[in-house]
Amino acid sequence: MTLKRRRILISLGLCLLLAACGDGINWQTKGIAGLMPPLRFALTEDSGNPVQAKDFRGHITLMYFGYTHCPDICPTTLAKLKAAINRLPESAAQNVRVLFVTVDPKRDGLERLRAYTAAFGPQFVGLRGGDAELTQLTKRYRITYGYGKPDANGDYEVSHSSAVFVFDRSGKARLMVRDSDGVDALAADLEHLESTA
Amino acid sequence: MLSTLQFLQPWEPSLAIQLLCTLAVGLYITGLVEGYRSGHREGFWKPFAFLLGVALMYFVTQTQYDYLSQYMFFIHRIQHLVLHHMGPFLIALSAPAAVLGRGVPDSMRRHAGFLRPLLLPVRIAYRILQQPVIATVLFVGLIFFWLTPSIHFDAMLSAQRYALMNWSMAVDGLLFWWLILNRAPDGLTPQLSYGRRILILAVIMPPQSILGAYIALSRQDLFDVYAVCGRAWPVSPIVDQQIGGLVTWIPASMMSVVAAVILLSFMFREHRSRRSTPMPACSPSNPISSTTPV
Repeated sequence: MTLKRRRILISLGLCLLLAACGDGINWQTKGIAGLMPPLRFALTEDSGNPVQAKDFRGHITLMYFGYTHCPDICPTTLAKLKAAINRLPESAAQNVRVLFVTVDPKRDGLERLRAYTAAFGPQFVGLRGGDAELTQLTKRYRITYGYGKPDANGDYEVSHSSAVFVFDRSGKARLMVRDSDGVDALAADLEHLESTA
Repeated sequence: MLSTLQFLQPWEPSLAIQLLCTLAVGLYITGLVEGYRSGHREGFWKPFAFLLGVALMYFVTQTQYDYLSQYMFFIHRIQHLVLHHMGPFLIALSAPAAVLGRGVPDSMRRHAGFLRPLLLPVRIAYRILQQPVIATVLFVGLIFFWLTPSIHFDAMLSAQRYALMNWSMAVDGLLFWWLILNRAPDGLTPQLSYGRRILILAVIMPPQSILGAYIALSRQDLFDVYAVCGRAWPVSPIVDQQIGGLVTWIPASMMSVVAAVILLSFMFREHRSRRSTPMPACSPSNPISSTTPV
């Protein structure tokens, strides 16, 4: 009987341990330290240059997956990121990078991507990759995308992740910003990350 | 579109699952062949149930099906239905212990004595996990645990937790159905009366139905991780959740009914065979068995 009780206690303890691991900070968005791997990719920047994750070391880096034909979620999310970044002190705001990775590379050429991201600010960078590179990156962050049936004009819907991943200056995954997280929450967390990491 | 061959490639290859399934099928088939040689014929249905159970569990974890279950809630629910209910149910129903044992090569069996002391903690843990109350609580508790929205969220984000979730469901499913469908008269598994087994099956039904109905009828998106990570194809979150809830609700609790019917058939069969075969001592048609010591 005591052995049985001990087993139950041990399993309860394990559950608690599982729930508790993380960075111990009370984030207003979702903390993902320890849940997801550090930033790593090799893609093409909207300027046409090849670019890797290590080129963004030293920057607080936000990564979002979307497409330029996206009717609603992508522009509102990017606008939210812009608003949050603008609340940071000048030098901190300049040090943030937002990577917009297109999941619709067929329609999103580099030029279109550049025009799209430039509209949100100098910190916004469009990234594009082939199928293999894109799959590798999305699989790494356990997200996916899919295409709907094209209509008469050849337009189609794309299902994609609504999450923004936030990496600290050393490239470690720290935060996930969901649709439901507002500008205030994001700005507060970015400021906290900027002052500590 | 993916071709069938591409679809059968693992999305996230797991050496442990592949080895385990290969070992199970290898041992079982060797055991079947050995059995045919020594006159222990298994018929068609038992091997069919065993191999189908293993194949189903392999299919939902080591093909592109696993990709779909990571990015669509209702497909994830079907994955768990297979891992926790159907696969283990079929495997336990086939009562494969004797065949698997026959499949172990003699050379290995001779060395098995060394393992005995090492296996003691496993035997103790097994006995504890197979206590009826613990087994019942664990069976239902794991479903609720992994479907707690915050825990589900993290499990879908972290590759390690996702693997832990699926392993725990598969192992618990095997333990539970083994306990329920066990027919070996001796062995480690507790011998529960058929009445108690049916009681357990009845007890696990309402919580699963309530949880499934709650998910299916909820008007808010309880598992937003699928929106966060993107769905495998464009579908409304609520529709996805409704189907997922129905899968948790109906087929999962139906398994209890199917298992109860099977237990009843076991019971009748045993009853009948007990009545139709009189004790050897008073059997005039079989005098040898009463005189020859075996």
